[in-house]
Amino acid sequence: MSRILKDPRLLLLIAIVAAVITGLGADQMNLYYRGVIIDIGIAIILAVSLNLINGHTGQFSLGHAGFMSVGAYVAAMITLAAQKSMGAEVLAWMFLPALLVGGLVAALAGLLVGIPSLRLRGDYLAIVTLGFGEIIRVIFQNVEAAGGASGLSGIPRMTGLTWTFILAAIAVYVVGCLVNSTYGRGFIAVHDDEVAASSMGLNPTRYKVTAFVIGAFFAGIAGGLFAHHKTTINPQVFDFMKSFEVVVMVILGGMGRTGGVILAAIILTLAPEFLRAVAEYRMIIYALLIIFLMIARPQGLFHFGRKRKPLTH
Amino acid sequence: MGASLLELENITIRFGGLVAVSDVSLCVSEGELVGLIGPNGAGKTTVFNMITGVYQPTDGKIMFAGKPTTRKKPHVLTKSGMARTFQNIRLFGSMSVFDNVRAATQLHRAHGIRQALWRGRSHHAGEKEVEDRVMELLEVFSLQDFRDEPATSLPYGGQRRLEIVRALATQPKLLLLDEPAAGMNPSEKEELMVLIEFIRKRFGMAILLVEHDMKVVMGICERIAVLEYGIKIAEGTPKEIQSHPKVIEAYLGASGD
Ligand SMILES: Nc1ncnc2c1ncn2[C@@H]1O[C@H](COP(=O)(O)OP(=O)(O)O)[C@@H](O)[C@H]1O
Ligand SMILES: [Mg+2]
Repeated sequence: MSRILKDPRLLLLIAIVAAVITGLGADQMNLYYRGVIIDIGIAIILAVSLNLINGHTGQFSLGHAGFMSVGAYVAAMITLAAQKSMGAEVLAWMFLPALLVGGLVAALAGLLVGIPSLRLRGDYLAIVTLGFGEIIRVIFQNVEAAGGASGLSGIPRMTGLTWTFILAAIAVYVVGCLVNSTYGRGFIAVHDDEVAASSMGLNPTRYKVTAFVIGAFFAGIAGGLFAHHKTTINPQVFDFMKSFEVVVMVILGGMGRTGGVILAAIILTLAPEFLRAVAEYRMIIYALLIIFLMIARPQGLFHFGRKRKPLTH
Repeated sequence: MGASLLELENITIRFGGLVAVSDVSLCVSEGELVGLIGPNGAGKTTVFNMITGVYQPTDGKIMFAGKPTTRKKPHVLTKSGMARTFQNIRLFGSMSVFDNVRAATQLHRAHGIRQALWRGRSHHAGEKEVEDRVMELLEVFSLQDFRDEPATSLPYGGQRRLEIVRALATQPKLLLLDEPAAGMNPSEKEELMVLIEFIRKRFGMAILLVEHDMKVVMGICERIAVLEYGIKIAEGTPKEIQSHPKVIEAYLGASGD
């Protein structure tokens, strides 16, 4: 892994080129399959960005769907407004800025939630972020501009394979490069032992807030892609179950293992598509999987290398 | 003797009804090696925790390098030039030996998110510099062959040494060692004391050494302070301490330690 990462910029370039080429062939692709592949790309962005918070930095956030919804709503409202006032032809160049603004607003939400709550540990942080997700949902439910309980519909279908996978590649690049640097060892140091980290001159709060903000940014981007992929969104889509699904991807992938987390995102997106039973009992299966993992494979299901210390904090 | 680096002025800390440290004053000069001894539960680790900002004293003041440490967070104090080891080893458990030390070099670096993401020439130059420094330190402590091993796979003595290396990587003016010889056999203890003297000579820093076994520190400390039940009962040269009636009493009372 470290050998290929010698110049991750080259890898990023290759991934972008691959995304562009795949996008060119996407027109001939079966619509259903294309939809599933876009779902996978979005899941990868969500899982890799939550992995920075929950995996690398060791904070237990259950608020990812909340950040995702912020990005989804903000981006959708921008493109809807642009379409209405300037016509559909502006969408081509409005889409990316709208995604970006959605990501930035989500990052701001991450900052606002993160600063007061990151002093909390473990279960408490989980509860606060869970509460945040629910509050955001209730807000969108009651804001008329956001469509209330019925949400937004008629969002232009702008999300294609190309942008989804370019952005997924960027998310992987950003999280990977960040963590694989001397600066980035601080995230893992905070995860391993906060007292020791601060005694080595690293500011734990700073690292946690940074992880939160970057994680929320990419969750917002994923939300924007999601909104312009499904073309309708409503508050129920971004409930606790959505956050939980991403948490399962991170845990299954081995908390902090990028490769494993990507694999988990792919498998957990595909499984319900191919197995009816899985789709119906998804949440029960996820819960059982997590219990099993915590007991039998704390290093993650899809991690086959050196054993990591069990996660106890 | 150099200028005074660390001054504890009548510090007291209470945990509920328990007065863990009571009215303790102590001074460490630049480049000095001072021992802080006392039976288990005397309050030595608590003194360390107050110096390093983990706890705030209930009363009294701590000055480091001429400035009060009041309400400063541990990471700020470390940046200002103190570093510690822990009585119960606290290495970064999921990291390699190399990365444990690498993480402790970040505090003085200007490189952050921007360089990590851009991955330009300055990023690589910076990382190379860090690697050279870490390897140099690991070699001094004969840990270079274990650089890619998980830190927790080292034998006990190795983990203790790695904690010292990690603390040194922050480039401290004052090194605080909390029972570095705990759990070692007599010959390992001997070796460690030689190592501590060596560190002091090579890096020219002041060291405050906590130990509950009086014999260990006698040979290397210039000055020793003795704590018992949170109170400083004696201070002086090793010779003075050895024959101090209160110390003899405290240690006879706590014999079997
Ligand atoms: N956070 C704390 N809360 C309550 N009591 C504490 C705390 N930290 C230390 N103490 C108490 O302070 C006393 C001194 O402990 P300590 O400094 O660890 O002793 P030593 O390091 O000399 O063995 C002990 O009685 C210990 O129980
Ligand atoms: Mg102690």
